[in-house]
Amino acid sequence: MTKSFKKGPASVEFRNVVKRYGSVVAVDDVSFSVEPGTLVTLLGPSGCGKTTTLRLVAGLEIASEGQILIGGVDVTRLSAADRDVSMVFQSYALFPHMNVLENVSYGPRVQGVARQKAEEMALEKLRLIGLQGMEKRAPSELSGGQQQRVAVARALVLEPEVLLFDEPLSNLDAKLRRRVREDIRELQQTLRLTVAYVTHDQEEALAVSDKIIVMSNARIAQVGTPRGLYDEPKDLFVADFIGDATIVDGQVLSVEGERARVKVDAVEVDLPSRGAKPGPIKLAIRPHGFRVHETAPAAAAIKARVAKAAYLGKHIEYTLETPAGELFAIDAAHAEAIAHGADAWVTLAPRGVALVPG
Amino acid sequence: MSAPSDRSLARRLALAVPTLWMAALFLTPFALVAKVSLSTPALSQPPYAPVFALAEGAAAALDKFGELGVAAYRALLDDDLYLASYLGSLRLAAIATALTLLVAYPLALAIARAPRRRRAGLLMLAIAPFWTSFLIRVYAWIMLIKDEGLINHALMASGLVAEPLRIFATDAAVVIGVVYSYLPFMVMPLYAALEGQDAALREAAADLGAPPLRVFWRVTAPLSLPGVLAGSLLVFIPAVGEFVIPDLLGGSDTLMIGRTLWAEFFSNRDWPAAAAVAIVMLAMLAPMLVLYERLQMREAGR
Ligand SMILES: Nc1ncnc2c1ncn2[C@@H]1O[C@H](COP(=O)(O)OP(=O)(O)O)[C@@H](O)[C@H]1O
Ligand SMILES: [Mg+2]
Repeated sequence: MTKSFKKGPASVEFRNVVKRYGSVVAVDDVSFSVEPGTLVTLLGPSGCGKTTTLRLVAGLEIASEGQILIGGVDVTRLSAADRDVSMVFQSYALFPHMNVLENVSYGPRVQGVARQKAEEMALEKLRLIGLQGMEKRAPSELSGGQQQRVAVARALVLEPEVLLFDEPLSNLDAKLRRRVREDIRELQQTLRLTVAYVTHDQEEALAVSDKIIVMSNARIAQVGTPRGLYDEPKDLFVADFIGDATIVDGQVLSVEGERARVKVDAVEVDLPSRGAKPGPIKLAIRPHGFRVHETAPAAAAIKARVAKAAYLGKHIEYTLETPAGELFAIDAAHAEAIAHGADAWVTLAPRGVALVPG
Repeated sequence: MSAPSDRSLARRLALAVPTLWMAALFLTPFALVAKVSLSTPALSQPPYAPVFALAEGAAAALDKFGELGVAAYRALLDDDLYLASYLGSLRLAAIATALTLLVAYPLALAIARAPRRRRAGLLMLAIAPFWTSFLIRVYAWIMLIKDEGLINHALMASGLVAEPLRIFATDAAVVIGVVYSYLPFMVMPLYAALEGQDAALREAAADLGAPPLRVFWRVTAPLSLPGVLAGSLLVFIPAVGEFVIPDLLGGSDTLMIGRTLWAEFFSNRDWPAAAAVAIVMLAMLAPMLVLYERLQMREAGR
C-alpha cells in the first residue's frame, strides 16, 4: 500500500508468463517489454489473450507461471491494489453512485489523501481532460465519450507508473473513434506515460503505437514497430492480420547477400531475402504493392481479368483473377477504372511486397 | 387512422381485467371490513349492528347508515393494550428484519459470487426448505428451542450452560421464527441486486488501491441498497401482522397486533374492534407498500 506520487513512467517486463484457467491456457509463455514513456498495443483477434495479458499487468489476474516486472521490480505476486498501475476499463466502470468528482478523487481518497487535497488533484485531471464544470454530474448524465474521459481522469489521478487501456474505442461511435485515439496518443506523449493498449483493430494499432505486440492463440506472433510489422511480417498470420495482404506463392531463384531474386508467375522481383533459401516461398503483397496496367507493359507481367472494380475517389480497388490466385489491388495512379471483366496486366511495385519466411 | 384507438381500447381492456380482479378480491372485502369496523358489537348473528339487508329496501339502508360510527376506533385509543400491541409488533418486526438482513446478506453475496453455473443450484438450496409447510417448520423450531429441546440438550451436554436457556415462549423465539421463515424474501432481492453488479466496478476500486473491505463498503454495499430496501420491506410488512409465529413460539406476554386481533375476533367476539385493528394496521403499512411499489417501478425502469 505504498503508492507514492510522481514516480514517473516505468517499464513493464513479462518473462515467460503463463496464465491458465483450469485447462484453458489464456496466456502461453509470453515475454515482452515496454520501454518507459512509450505506448505499446496488444493486437490480435478476439479470444487471443489480450485482455488477460493486460489484467496480468494490472494485477487483476495473477500469473500461473513466469515473472512480471514493473519499473524493474518483481510484482508477480502483488495484488492490483498494491501495484502502481491504473486501468481504463472497456466498460469504463464508473461508480454509478458517485458523481464525476467523487469518481476521480476516489483513488487519492483510498490512498489516505484528505478530501480537499484529493478533490484538487481530481479537478486538475478533469481540467487536463477537458471536463471542467461537470464535477457534480452523475456518470449516467454524460455521453459515452465524456464517460470515457472521466475514466481516464480517474486512472490518471494517481499518476501511475503504467496506464492500461482495454479496447478504449469499442463503446464509442465511429465518428468519435479517430479523435479519441488521437487524444489518447497526445496525452500519452505530452505526459510521457507508459501505456499498454489493447485492441483488435489493426488500423487503430498502427495509428497509435510505438510498438505493437501481435498475439495469436495465447502466444505472441510478432513484436515490432508499426512499420516493421507492415513491411516485414514474420508469418502468414501477421501478414494477413496487419494491413490486408494477398498471400501468393513464389519461387526464390537465387540469394545474394541480403537480396533475393524471386519469381511470381511471370514476374521477377528483387527483395530483401529475410533468410530465405532458393525454392518455393510465400509472399505477402499489400494492395498498393501491385501495379495494374490496362495494356500489356513492356516488362513481364501477370495476366489478369478484372473480377471487381470500385472507384473510391482517392483510388480504385480491384479484385483480379490471375494464375497466381485472386489478388486485391489498389491503384492510385489512374483516374479511370478498367472495366469489369476486361483483361489487365499486373506487375509488382518495389514496396509493399515481402517474403514471408517459415 | 384507427390503429391508435384500437390499441388504446386493447390497453383499456388489458387494464380492466386486473382492475376488476382487485376490485372483487381486495376492495370488496376491504369495504366489508371497513364497514364492520364502523359498526357496534351486538349479541346477534352476525355479532354487530347494523346489518344491511337488500330485502329491506333502500330507505331502510339509508336509515342504518346513521347508526355507523367510530366507536371502535375510539376504543383503540382508550385501551393501552392496542398501542402496546402495535409498538410490540413494530419492534419485533424491526429487530427480526435487521437480523434477517444480517443472515441473508452473506448468503446472497456468497451465491452471487459463486461460479456462474453453480448459482442457480445454490439459490435452490437456500430456498428449497421453504417449499414445505410453513406450520410444520415453525413447529419444528419448538422441538429445537424448548427447555428440553435439541439446542438445550447440546448446550448442557457440552457443559456450556448449567440450566436450560429459556428461549421458547419468549420474544426471542418469535424473532428467530420470523428470521427463519422470511429468509427467502430477503435473500432473493439481495441476490438480484448483488448478482447484477458489474464486477469491473469492484476491480476498478481495487485497481485504485482499495483493500477488499473498503471495496465492499464503498462499492458493493451502496450499490446493493435497492435490494436491501426491497428485502427489508418484504420481511417487515408481513412480519408486523404475523400471527402464527407469535402464537406458536411467543410467550403469554408477547404482544403483537396479529394476536390481539385474533383475540378480539375469536375470544371476545368483538368484530368491530377486530376490524378497526386491521384497518389501522393496513393504514400503518400502506406507506411502506407504496414505497416498495415505487422501488420496484424504479428498478424495472432501469
Ligand atoms: N476468467 C476466465 N475464466 C476462464 N477462461 C477465461 C477467463 N478469462 C478469459 N478466459 C479465456 O481466455 C482466453 C483469452 O481471453 P481474453 O484475454 O479475454 O481474450 P481477448 O481479450 O484477446 O479477446 C479466451 O479463450 C477466454 O475464454
Ligand atoms: Mg478483450
